[in-house]
Amino acid sequence: MRVAELADLDLSEAELETYRAQIDEILEYIGKLNELDTAKVEPMAQVLSDDQTADATLREDLIVPCAVAEDVLKHAPDPEPPYFRVPKVIER
Amino acid sequence: MCGGWGVYLGDSLKSGQRERMTASWTIDGVKEAVAAKKISARELAADFYKRIESRNPELNAFLTLSPERARRQTDKIDALVAGGKPLPPLAGVPVAIKDVISTRGIKTTCGSKILQNYVPPYDATAVERLEAAGAVILGKTNCDEFAMGSSNENSAYGPVKNPLAPDRVPGGSSGGSAAVVAAGLAVASLGTDTGGSIRQPGSFCGIPAMMGSYGRVSRYGLIAFASSLDRMGPFATNVKDVAAILQIIAGRDPHDSTSATAPVPDYRAELGKAVKGLRLGIPKDYFGEGMDAGVRKKIEAGVEVFKKLGCQLVDIRMPHTDYAIAAYYIIATAEASSNLARYDGVRYGLRVDDDSLLAMYRKTRGAGFGAEVKRRIVLGTYVLSAGYYDAYYLKGQKVRSLIAQDFRDAFTKVDAILTPTSPVPPFKLGERTDDPLQMYLADIYTVTGSLAGVPGISVPCGRIDGKLPVGLQIFGAAFAEARVLQLAHAFEQAGGAAV
Repeated sequence: MRVAELADLDLSEAELETYRAQIDEILEYIGKLNELDTAKVEPMAQVLSDDQTADATLREDLIVPCAVAEDVLKHAPDPEPPYFRVPKVIER
Repeated sequence: MCGGWGVYLGDSLKSGQRERMTASWTIDGVKEAVAAKKISARELAADFYKRIESRNPELNAFLTLSPERARRQTDKIDALVAGGKPLPPLAGVPVAIKDVISTRGIKTTCGSKILQNYVPPYDATAVERLEAAGAVILGKTNCDEFAMGSSNENSAYGPVKNPLAPDRVPGGSSGGSAAVVAAGLAVASLGTDTGGSIRQPGSFCGIPAMMGSYGRVSRYGLIAFASSLDRMGPFATNVKDVAAILQIIAGRDPHDSTSATAPVPDYRAELGKAVKGLRLGIPKDYFGEGMDAGVRKKIEAGVEVFKKLGCQLVDIRMPHTDYAIAAYYIIATAEASSNLARYDGVRYGLRVDDDSLLAMYRKTRGAGFGAEVKRRIVLGTYVLSAGYYDAYYLKGQKVRSLIAQDFRDAFTKVDAILTPTSPVPPFKLGERTDDPLQMYLADIYTVTGSLAGVPGISVPCGRIDGKLPVGLQIFGAAFAEARVLQLAHAFEQAGGAAV
């Protein structure tokens, strides 16, 4: 319930009930990971090793044209060029 | 969902004879026929659209057709032929693109209602490269919503039928991309693989399908599901064509900082080389309980083919295999919950109006996402939430290290690893939809390679009772795509598909 809120998902009572049961079952299955002692194992935070990655921080600072704003706004649910319009956020 | 193909009507359709030929086109066959003016690129595309029109209503494999764009491309190719100019490597080759891959000006839905009218303002790098190499994009293929599924039954636009057995699923999530190639509705296609979504549908539809190493193919324009796992790769009717497509789409892309800098070798040049003496690992851990007896028989016969080719078979252990599904479903759902936070009704896709911004987000996401996507977002949010992060997400990442280490250890002893692609043959539509955990467990043999980042291919390895296809999976070490393709090609040439 709280998790659905964190995920910004509007779920019906029926959905909540189904997911709760299914996710409990999945989490129970996932619990088998506790059979493994991982106290001395590093988490795998990178898939590519260092010799296969370009240093993205040192890319040359080149200006390239990127005129997609009109196209992007054309397909937006509620465009007000050059903005996306949303419900009022701040009351005053 | 299909757009018209009327652009192609007119003088181009002469006889039914050519149409019957289309089922057996290869990349080289297309290129030679177009170069020798036996058929124009335009006529060829028209023939494919005609076949699509007759088969697709039953298969539901294409979601959107792109005849105008195809026509612009075939005109270019035909002009090159008319001018006697050299032809690019994929000249005139009709291809299909999974609907999670961005195509400029062509609707890209990800199989989801939340993007049902989304039209990307740019092309994925792989799409751009295919077109630059002369390929003709016929349209976009059906898939599980946001590539989450193993049967293609999670598409908001209905399931795809397996062209080899219409009461069965084509596999997933790239079910449409596998089905169109297997049914002769495209010569090759692009799919994506996060936990098996290229290899398993390749296996279910009886065609070769490859996932390169993590980082081998640029993901610019691939709509993200789980960024530490997502990869893009080809389906084709034969291994040589798989190699030809990978050749074009592989390599560093400045638009994707996770694309690898490792050089791309000439894959097709490696194909003819003898495989005699190569050491192939057979991990006992992949041949335990849970494997269908028919699949086991075919895989054992497939392994014999390699033995006859002079390969040395080596028993190996990959002791953490049994933990891969659990680690995978933590990591993949955690990353999905984060990646899919962008669908909030503000900038693109569906919006369900409300006076409050937060309520708009929630209603939009509640209405726009299907059941499996919501389930994974909830699970992913849970495993990342405060208090559970260490117990689940961090634990999953640690176990991922152990699985990657299993592969590194194995590759100190062997040149490649042979396994089944799927523990079961294609199952019946609707048979597994009620039990998500059972569906997840069907990914047992593919998720390991996804977690480890290594390349893998599924090649056809016989059919159970002459009907249901089985796929044999070959894993190689990171960036050893050439070795994987060489072995797959040797297997195919030795009659592996008919064991």
